[in-house]
Amino acid sequence: MAIPVDKTHLISRLQYILPAASVLHQKEDLRPYECDGLSAYRNLPLAVVLPEKTEQVQAILKLCFELEVPVVARGAGTGLSGGALPLPNGILLSLAKFKDIIDIDPVQCVARVQPGVRNLAISQAVEHYGLYYAPDPSSQIACTIGGNVAENSGGVHCLKYGLTVHNIQQLKIITIEGELLTIGGSGLDSAGYDLLALMTGSEGMLGVIVEVSVKLLPKPESAQVILAAFDDLIKAGEAVGNIISAGIIPAGLEMMDKLAIKAAEDFVHAGYPTDAAAILLCELDGSAAEVAEYINTVQKLLTESGATQVRVAKDEDERITFWKGRKAAFPAVGRISPDYYCMDGTIPRKHLPQVLKNMAELSAKYNLPVANVFHAGDGNLHPLILYDANIPGELERTEEFGGKILELCVEVGGSITGEHGIGIEKINQMCVQFNSVELTQFHAIKKAFDEKGLLNPGKAVPTLHRCAEFGAMHVHHGELPHPELERF
Amino acid sequence: MSKDISQSLQAQIFDAYENKTALKIQAGNSKHFYGNSINANLLDVSEHQGIISYEPTELVITARAGTRLSDIEKTLSESNQMLAFEPPAFSESATLGGTIAGNFSGPRRAYAGAARDFVLGCNIINGKAEALSFGGQVMKNVAGYDASRLMCGAMGGLGVILDVSLKVLPNPETELTLSHQCDIHQAQKNIHQWVKQSLPVSASCFYNRQLFVRLSGNHSSVTSAKNIIGGESISSSSGFWKKLKNQQNDFFKTDKPLWRLSLASNSAPLDLSGEGLYEWSGALRWLSSDESADKIRQTLEAINGQATLFRNPQSDAEIFHPLSPGILKVHRQLKKAFDPENILNPGNLYKEL
Repeated sequence: MAIPVDKTHLISRLQYILPAASVLHQKEDLRPYECDGLSAYRNLPLAVVLPEKTEQVQAILKLCFELEVPVVARGAGTGLSGGALPLPNGILLSLAKFKDIIDIDPVQCVARVQPGVRNLAISQAVEHYGLYYAPDPSSQIACTIGGNVAENSGGVHCLKYGLTVHNIQQLKIITIEGELLTIGGSGLDSAGYDLLALMTGSEGMLGVIVEVSVKLLPKPESAQVILAAFDDLIKAGEAVGNIISAGIIPAGLEMMDKLAIKAAEDFVHAGYPTDAAAILLCELDGSAAEVAEYINTVQKLLTESGATQVRVAKDEDERITFWKGRKAAFPAVGRISPDYYCMDGTIPRKHLPQVLKNMAELSAKYNLPVANVFHAGDGNLHPLILYDANIPGELERTEEFGGKILELCVEVGGSITGEHGIGIEKINQMCVQFNSVELTQFHAIKKAFDEKGLLNPGKAVPTLHRCAEFGAMHVHHGELPHPELERF
Repeated sequence: MSKDISQSLQAQIFDAYENKTALKIQAGNSKHFYGNSINANLLDVSEHQGIISYEPTELVITARAGTRLSDIEKTLSESNQMLAFEPPAFSESATLGGTIAGNFSGPRRAYAGAARDFVLGCNIINGKAEALSFGGQVMKNVAGYDASRLMCGAMGGLGVILDVSLKVLPNPETELTLSHQCDIHQAQKNIHQWVKQSLPVSASCFYNRQLFVRLSGNHSSVTSAKNIIGGESISSSSGFWKKLKNQQNDFFKTDKPLWRLSLASNSAPLDLSGEGLYEWSGALRWLSSDESADKIRQTLEAINGQATLFRNPQSDAEIFHPLSPGILKVHRQLKKAFDPENILNPGNLYKEL
């Protein structure tokens, strides 16, 4: 960890780089930046800086390198894993003023944008060309593209259109030493190591993103959605496999359980059958002819898979309403519980029955209800644990329960995070997902970019010491099977 | 055939690490012409073979590095699925490991994604003989740095790939290829327009004043796209693209240096002498030419593109497009992070790595 820095000296040096109004250091000015979307964790940084030019970011990072001050980069602060949680001994670097769309090439279908541009704003800016940017995290109205790259964000359409890593072509980043690097290029691939992939999802640990070139897709001619109800969650899971086995890759394939259906229906009146144990939303897109054909096939498959009700949205309004319920599922659950904790594990879909069963047992054991929302097509679970932070000890119990769910995902061959990132939230579960040799390799990767360990230190990759403590705790309870999984 | 020789490979790498002796990683040796040549002891991965798991409903296959592409493709086709990045096989012995190490993709790449886009996870042995597992068999996984995609295109220099998990996709219901006589300007204009119209274009090639476009999808979408595009339907659609990706057609029968140019798809034709062939809507251009490496690279750099000397090098020019000093520094440090003694395919990618 860096040596404590003289705050007054740091502020005066920052004010030399930036106008005074762009260097926040009074407590009341820092308060809005104390957390990101994971509000259970809060810290006040030494200062918040708001540069608006690449040269300023370079100068700030050079200064931090010289003074050995940790830096946490922040986009819109919508992340759910505490990746943008400030550090008390560091500065918070906000990219909020980098909000220009620099260039749109409607022929090559690429847009070059600054990192503070909102995800949805890209699609809006290119709409008149008949184009859009595919990854659509549920926070897309607020989250920014820089944060999307840092977290490798997904969304409901990833099964067909991929994650952020599949939809970007070039990045400009600033290293901790203040050097501007261009990664990728105007073509589809570049020579050398795939630094574009390495940077994507690196959670601000390797560099600060100052420009992103995203790939744009033509808007499909037609999109249609089917709502299917099931009296059994497992049957709904099997239906997903049946659709994919038939050679169909839906644009979106989402599942909700009873508690989530009820909450969403009460909130937005999406027309969901509240007596169902599960619903599936299956969206198909493409040419009008193709969609018409696939809608027929999928309707048949759903009925054969035991759906109690299959409804095709009768028009565009109903399609949007069906989706509205799904997209509002998180806030809807927020209405029925004082607090909720959103998990983000992935599993091979075939293990869904076992994972659901174990999760129900854990829910009973911890006496905390769970509402389940899944990106079913790609096996990404979002269990929402309902709790009340005002009851002493309940948050801790919730976190422990959440940790168990993630360990369950690892046990069946899945991952502790599909799209929300590790941040500070899942750092202990990294010790379950990776062994000490792998974690050491991750630290070596970080060191290749950031020798002094100043970029977002303490996030994403745990120290071996931390894992030893975490592991010891679990061995004590006798509950963690094989922390050092042999993977051959 | 299925055989796990990972322990033997690990032992050989450990010896090399202890003795600081370089290793040349090789499986099918179908890409022997590619990259800088290496003078080192052979690490033969070819026996490390077999499909470890394949779950058609999960859209995931996991196979050992020495598994032949043809074996993987055969297994997938039995469940009506495919490797959507359409990897080339420069000979029958082409393997999965080499394909991933070189990030080789074929005609469908511009419309479906590259090899790296389909990698879900891998097991590797790094230059310290440590066995490491990155990623997994699930579609979405953002735990830790994306070290599995980092192996794609690293030419073995960061680790010996043991096995790889890939996302697979269903075969299209139907495919056909249409050809048009036109000049390059018209070809460029047409292909961009058809892609933007969401027509199910899955491959394109312009050569000898002829544009070839493959359509893939269900019957109704391919039929309606065919009516929009028009042109002549060619008789052997799959044969045409297979010959192209495996570089068996006349264009590739050349002794001249063969350059692989990566650039913006809508870039104007380049002012370079030689014979050219366009793929990927123009984002990939092959050039067989006697122009100097410097001239070719300067031309590409001016438009933010890159040039790889793919076959027949006739000078000591770098094979891969030179890196900027800052990016090269990161490469050096990453190489050191994975392979501190520089024993894995040293110099294969860049002479100093």
